[in-house]
Parts: sequence; structure tokens; C-alpha cells
Amino acid sequence: MDSSNSSATPRIIGEALYRTMVRIRAFENAAEAASQGGVSAYGQQAAGSAKVRGPLHLSTGQEAVPAGVCAHLRVSDYLTSTHRGHGHTLAKGADLVRMMCELFGKATGFNGGKGGSMHIADFSVGMLGANGVVAAGLPIAVGAAHAQKVLKKNGDITVCFFGDGAINRGPFLEALNWARVYELPVLFVCEDNRWSATTASGPMTAGEGASARAASMDIAATQVDGNDVFAVHETAARLVHEVRDGGGPRLLHALTYRVKGHVSVDLAAYRDPAELAAAVETDPIARARGHLLSHGATAAALDAIENAARDEVDTALAIADAAPWPDATAAFTDVQTIGAGQWH
Amino acid sequence: MALTKDLSYSEAAVLAVQREMEADARVVVLGEDVGRGGIFGQYKGLQQTFGAERVIDTPISEAAIMGAGVGMALAGLRPVVEMRVVDFALCGMDELVNQAAKNRFMFGGQGRVPLVARMPGGIWDASAAQHSQSLEAWFAHLPGVVVVSPSTPQDNYSLLRAALQCGDPVVYIEHKTLWGLRGEVDEDMAVPLGKARRVREGNAITIVSWSKQVQACTAACDALAAEGIAADLIDLRTLWLWDRETVLASCARTQRLLVVHEAVQVAGFGAEIAATAAEATGCRVARLGAPRIPVGYAPVLEAQSRVGAEAVATAAKKLLG
Ligand SMILES: Cc1ncc(C[n+]2csc(CCOP(=O)(O)OP(=O)(O)O)c2C)c(N)n1
Repeated sequence: MDSSNSSATPRIIGEALYRTMVRIRAFENAAEAASQGGVSAYGQQAAGSAKVRGPLHLSTGQEAVPAGVCAHLRVSDYLTSTHRGHGHTLAKGADLVRMMCELFGKATGFNGGKGGSMHIADFSVGMLGANGVVAAGLPIAVGAAHAQKVLKKNGDITVCFFGDGAINRGPFLEALNWARVYELPVLFVCEDNRWSATTASGPMTAGEGASARAASMDIAATQVDGNDVFAVHETAARLVHEVRDGGGPRLLHALTYRVKGHVSVDLAAYRDPAELAAAVETDPIARARGHLLSHGATAAALDAIENAARDEVDTALAIADAAPWPDATAAFTDVQTIGAGQWH
Repeated sequence: MALTKDLSYSEAAVLAVQREMEADARVVVLGEDVGRGGIFGQYKGLQQTFGAERVIDTPISEAAIMGAGVGMALAGLRPVVEMRVVDFALCGMDELVNQAAKNRFMFGGQGRVPLVARMPGGIWDASAAQHSQSLEAWFAHLPGVVVVSPSTPQDNYSLLRAALQCGDPVVYIEHKTLWGLRGEVDEDMAVPLGKARRVREGNAITIVSWSKQVQACTAACDALAAEGIAADLIDLRTLWLWDRETVLASCARTQRLLVVHEAVQVAGFGAEIAATAAEATGCRVARLGAPRIPVGYAPVLEAQSRVGAEAVATAAKKLLG
């Protein structure tokens, strides 16, 4: 069931990857529970009682990709993300408590309550933001990588996560072309979860998808089983190394699955239940657990990792709940320097 | 005998597209997720009825959707172009501004672009800065397009049909949170583009609004009426061409005009109406819109961008005082 590559991953790293995935899962499960009845997007009304309001895009089942990729990143590396950005943000090292505060809309959140889940960001660890516009992160990543080159931050790179639906927007092609033309230090990571909102991506995409399009622009692309965290880790190690070394852009095409609906209230009734059932069989966390157990980890050690994640999330929920709301005047700050918020 | 039904704002839209598709084989729909009925159910059942050749699922490609809509229209179809929300219509802005809006004029009238670009606008609860914008003034500023923003199920039915029959590009802005609003819809009722609706009658002050803000203004008018102030409330319905006749006649009577919109007040469409009314009638004018801030996520921040009934009533009284 597991990749043959995975035995190469030392157990200590394996447990760290496991911890990252488990923390993402625990965070999102808690956020989902806190959003019950509260999501406004896609036709639903926000209930006043929900602690997490607004559209919540969960990455359940996709945790291996950010865990495996971001394990190779430094704080000085940049990251751009999608609307489905909790996992990327946590894996890049953002503080879980401040993330939860942001989902609650509190003043102590990373964005001071201005952004919420869809715009989660922690610039202090190089995470330049989740984005509400599909494919918008690609050119931004190219710009960040171009700046790293201009500023001679040699060895630093930019990683750009995007979905399989995003590859059909122009900015994907424009960003890849630019990155190759200027040989920028950027790693593009396509999280191919097979769906774009309520539409299956395959029938809407000509050709072989992200890797084939990268290849057409002479950008080396590698496909990987995105539900095998060890395979992702190992492949990303090579690609990150090549990009850091000045090898120019690379693309990682990770095949995974969107277990939940598009947003938390979406029950995905449009999807064949058999497809979901098959995908759940390959759950990256369960697979990693099985692999670690067969390679010397103890159940007690892995249980401890899971319990710690749950405790951490419980604490975050309590802190976020008790945290203050932003002051109303904050609506007028950080708009711009001159004339912010003036209207009369 | 006119057929009247109780429909939601989104059901009324489905019915309008359905009737136009039945009447005219050139009408097609294209956009993301439309085959499954659209994210608000505003195309529900249409692909089952008319097939995938006329209700066309597209990749996530707003520029291509809008641009293809222009090409389809030039080649003889009447496309309904789905942009999902006005915020993503910006990804197809060049295709709308430089292509759809310019084609007829620039090519000396050889081409016509009869497309309807649907782009739900306004504040979407708890959806933050990239999913809550009101950009109608951008489009009203563009020569070559019609701009429509219905506030009731009846208007959404009748105006969508009118838009599809109009022959020029129409920017059709439904409100992101009006989809569930129910009301009587008379299938035979025609509402022409460019004609406003009088919601309340009175001689003390003229209030002009559109889209969801009509609700806040209606509540404000009720509150004012309780204080003995009878306001004339006009739902503009079409922003271009806006109904100057109705608005100016009312302003001439009341000598007071308050324009209320959900969009940022600065450089909003309210400025155009206020200036026109002041020039034509010499009436006193005031505008009420959102401050020039992006819409925040936290409820307290989002509230700063909302214009409520109380603010409308206060502004009206200030104008009277
Ligand atoms: C430009 C733009 N068009 C449409 C949308 C609406 N939308 C949000 S997420 C999404 C699906 C994206 O699919 P994909 O890129 O595969 O990412 P996934 O949601 O599967 O993670 C769509 C259509 C958007 N946010 N931005």
C-alpha cells in the first residue's frame, strides 16, 4: 500500500511529518465543528451562533502534500496559497492559535480579523497568504521568486500551491512561462484533488494536466502519489534542492483527493459515493501511521502525537473564543496611507 | 390569464432563462458549475432540459468565458455568461471592457454583442474583501453596456428576459444574498430596461436606490412615515440607462434627493444621480454609501461597510432639516 521509496525516510522525520498532518487534520476538524450552521457562501445563511463564519474550505485528505513539501522549507522561503490554505499555513510554521483566532474573526488573529479562513496568512514565516481568487497566487509567487533573484537571496525559494482547476486560468500559463524565462527559484505544487467546486476537473482539462503543461514550457515536472507523505517528502527534497541550487523552476504534480465538499456546508451530493469511498481507503494519515508502525514506531508514540494535536487545538479554540473582537475603528486601518476610509 | 407563482429570486431567474431558451434557440448559457445548476441554483434544471450543448460547463477561465461569449454573440448566439460573482468578473474585465463593450462601435456597427454577463454583487456575509464588492459604477461608466440590478423576484424574472432580448451587452448584477427572497412572479409581466419602480409614494423627500439596499430604504421609509414624513422611494432597477424622467420628476416635487447604495460612496453611481438631479432641478442632494474601505471578515468590521435603515432615515432627516 505504501510507496517503496518510503523506507528511506528516517523514523524521526516520519514522525515529524505525521505530526504536521495530524495537526492540520485536528485544526480543520475543529474549525469545521465551530462553523456548523455558519457558512454563508454558496447559498447558505450565516448563523449568529457559529464561531467560524464564512466559507471554510477544508483540505481533509490532502495533508500529505503541504507536510511533505514544507518540511524542506526555511522561514526565509516564501509560500503562496489557495482558498484551501490551512494546511499550507500550518506546515510553513504559522502559529496554530493565531490561525484559529483569525478563523474566529478575532483581533488576535494573523489578519486582525480582517481576512478569515480564506485569507489566512503569516508573513513572519514567509506565508504570503491564502487567496480568494483561483490562480491568483501563481503570478504572485513568480514575483516573490523574482525578487529573491534581484535581491540576491541566493538559496531562498518560493513555493506556490494551486489546485488542478487553477491550471485552466491564464495566470497559470503566464506564471510558468515567466518563471522559466527568468529561471526563477520557484517550485510550483499542483494539488490535484480531482475537483473544482462542483465540477470534476478532468473533463474540463485538455491533455494530461499540470505536469504536461509544465513540460511544454521546458519546466521539469514530477508526478507523485500525493497521499503518500513519504513519497511527497522524498520527491520534494529533490525538487527543492534543484530549485535552491539555481536550477530554475520545477513543478510537483501531487495526486490527491478532496474528501470533503468544496466548502464545509457542501455535502458534495454531486459526487459518486464510490469515488469517495475508494479515496478514503488511501487516507494519508492512516497510511503514514501504518507505515510508521511497521518501521519501528510505537502506537503509544503516535497516539501521543495525536493527543497532543487535539490538546493544542482545544487550547486554541478556548483562546480564540475568549479573544477580543477587533475594534470597529480597525475597519479603517491598513487601507492605505493617504486618505484611508474617508468618504465625506 | 396571467400566470402568477410564488418564486424565489433564484427560481425566478431560472424561469426567465428557461422561457428565453424555449423562445429562442440561439440562447445558450456558459460558465463554471452551470450544468449543476450554478452555485446559487440560478440555472437549476436547465442542462437537464436543454442539454449540455446549450448549457455549457466551462473550465475555471473567466477571461475565456467572457471572450468566448463575445465570439458566440458575434457569430449569432445569445449567450448568458456566468461570472459567479462580480469579484471574479474582474478576471474577464478586458474581454468585457475592451471587447464586448467596444465591438459594435469600433467596427462601425458591423458586429453586435447580445450577451448577458451575470455577476452577483454586494456583501456576501462573512466572505471578506474579495467576495463582497459592489462594482456597478465601474460598469455604468462604460459606454456600450447596459447595467441592470434587480431587487425582487418579479424584477429578476422580467428584467433578465428583457436583458436577453436587448441585443447589446448587459451587465446583470443580482445580489449575492437575495437568492432566497420569495415573491409573486407574474410570468407575463414585462419590465422594460430603463424603467424605475416606485416603491413608496410621498412628497417630502426622494430616495433612490437599487438592489438589496431597496430593503433598507423601504424599512427607513416605514420609520419616516411613522414620524409623519412621506418619502418617495424609487428602485432604479436599471443603472444604465437609468430612469431620469421618474427620478427628476420626483426631485422636482420634493426638492430633496437622497441616493443610497451598498457600494463605496466615493466615485459611486450615487454621485452621478445626485449631480444630474442637482443640475436639472436645483434640489438638495445627499449620498449614502459605504466608506472607502475593503469589506472586513469579522462581523464588527463588516458592519462598518453596511448601510442600514437607521442610517438612511437619519440621512433623510438631515436633508429635510
Ligand atoms: C477566478 C475565480 N474563479 C472562480 C472562483 C470560484 N472558485 C473558488 S474555488 C474553485 C475551485 C477551484 O478548484 P481547484 O483550483 O482545483 O482547487 P480546489 O478547490 O480543488 O482545492 C472555484 C471555481 C474563484 N474563487 N476565483
